[in-house]
Amino acid sequence: MLLNQFLLLGAFLFCAGVYGVITRRNAVLVLMSVELMLAAVNINLVAFSAYRAGDVVGQVFALFVLTIAAAEVGVGLAIVLLIYRNIRSSDLDDVDVLKG
Amino acid sequence: MPNPVFDWHALAPDLILAGTILVVLISDLVLPERDAWQTSRIASLGVLLALVPIVTLAVDGTNREMFGGAYVVDNYALALKAFFLVVAYLTILISVDYIGEGDYYQSEFYFLLLTSVLGMSAMTSARDLITIFVALETISIPTYVLATFRKHDRRSSEAGIKYYLMGVLSSAVMLYGMSLVFGVTGATRLPDVTAYVSANGTSSLMVVAIFMTLVGFAFKVSAVPFHFWAPDTYEGAPTPVTAFLSVASKAGGFVAILNLVFFGFYAQGTGADAWWPALWVMAVLSMTLGNLSALKQTNIVRMLAYSSVAQGGFLLVPFAAAGIAGARGDLGVADSAFSAVVVYLLVYGAMNLGAFAVVIAVARRTESGEISSYAGLFKTSPTLAVMMTGFMASLAGIPFLGGWYAKFVMFRSVLEAGTTWAVVLAVVAALNTVIAFFYYAGVIRAMWFEEPAGDDRTPITVPPALAAAIGLTSAAIVVVGVYPQLVARVGELATRITS
Repeated sequence: MLLNQFLLLGAFLFCAGVYGVITRRNAVLVLMSVELMLAAVNINLVAFSAYRAGDVVGQVFALFVLTIAAAEVGVGLAIVLLIYRNIRSSDLDDVDVLKG
Repeated sequence: MPNPVFDWHALAPDLILAGTILVVLISDLVLPERDAWQTSRIASLGVLLALVPIVTLAVDGTNREMFGGAYVVDNYALALKAFFLVVAYLTILISVDYIGEGDYYQSEFYFLLLTSVLGMSAMTSARDLITIFVALETISIPTYVLATFRKHDRRSSEAGIKYYLMGVLSSAVMLYGMSLVFGVTGATRLPDVTAYVSANGTSSLMVVAIFMTLVGFAFKVSAVPFHFWAPDTYEGAPTPVTAFLSVASKAGGFVAILNLVFFGFYAQGTGADAWWPALWVMAVLSMTLGNLSALKQTNIVRMLAYSSVAQGGFLLVPFAAAGIAGARGDLGVADSAFSAVVVYLLVYGAMNLGAFAVVIAVARRTESGEISSYAGLFKTSPTLAVMMTGFMASLAGIPFLGGWYAKFVMFRSVLEAGTTWAVVLAVVAALNTVIAFFYYAGVIRAMWFEEPAGDDRTPITVPPALAAAIGLTSAAIVVVGVYPQLVARVGELATRITS
């Protein structure tokens, strides 16, 4: 069973996601980067689960992650839409009223 | 595989809460719009009703395990379930008038509030990585919506997006850590994780896994250096939501850390070395930076936000102490650290909710969050000023109010650990208690010794629900301060069941 390849793919996706979260200024792209990080988690879980043959716990965990991530992104897009309605922009640099 | 056994008695508090949530949601469809405030009554009744099975379970006193030990209802879980339900009740009390008078969707507010509380209730029982994750998201997702609840206010939207982005980012980091914990140990149930760590020690991959999992929760409890969202979110969100976030949501994060650290990662010998340094550093940074930033705030909500970052630092101290002692093989400290965290959470909940209730009451007239608007409060509304003085003094840890006892048990746990690192931590905590005194005293000074700004000297009218919340929380801190054995008993009941 190949494990390292999957873990490396997962680690790469996770790092790409972190990079996206830090550099992107558009709220929707930041959300997509977070989704990349969650995809990395799922790859890890399924790979570990398959590596321990017959252990389905990891796959069940991945299903929970998928479902809840969907709910989370639903709420996130709603908030981004709300911001767009209020300030006509989805650029995070324009969201700067509160500071100190 | 056999069907799972449902212990309906043990699940009763959560089920009643879930039922209440549905009733609140449906009642909005049935009730005419002018009766929308009735949903707050349904919500508070449901919360009080959910306390009944907690009492019967506590009288019964047996530990109940379900789903192969993934969901446990023991004394510790019961004590914190009761805490979260009482916090929910107090939050409803301080929200009723704020939400009723503003242009808000009322039943949705209580629906989201109770859903978040359901997540907290589940978190107290969660002894499995998957259950912890689901409970954490049940706590978090409704609070993202609550933070943006003033729909047309861009400050509220900003509070929401900052909280949301930090929240999902931390969830992703935490999940990556959890996936590695699962990969290394092959288990998601916390007792199995402990068994693995005790038998095999912590490999470097396991250290990374534990670190990432804890970092995820550090965001939730706004520990420095993961606290950036907290002041902005607290200032922009509706104030009752801020009160809820700073007490309940934060406590939910701490319960998760308690479960993970003491039921999962805690192991004698080298096991504890994997996580205590990270918590030690976060405790020191949170206390110091939180307090130093609070000193220069002029807005009381921002000040309370930084104060709650600092209080979070004090709450992390017993964890570090337990880890330091655990690495030496001293398990006794773990028990006292565990009950120190529980006691601190209970007391912190009462005093912080009370402080926010006074902030809401004062803002009803002044419509300002500036500390300067508290000038001369004693001359206009002496009762409110005395209550606020009590909450500030308690947060500062002045003797014979609840906060003093919370600080005392915190210091006791760290001094019991007794190595150089623990003593350094205790010294930093002691210095920070002194720094914190200055900004809490600033509010007290403004209320007692300064003249009111305007000509309006009429007392602030406090609606009955808000007055009840202020009364209950101040009674709680006085009772705990004068008779600390009461809450100490809860802390002892909640001692850890070591496997």
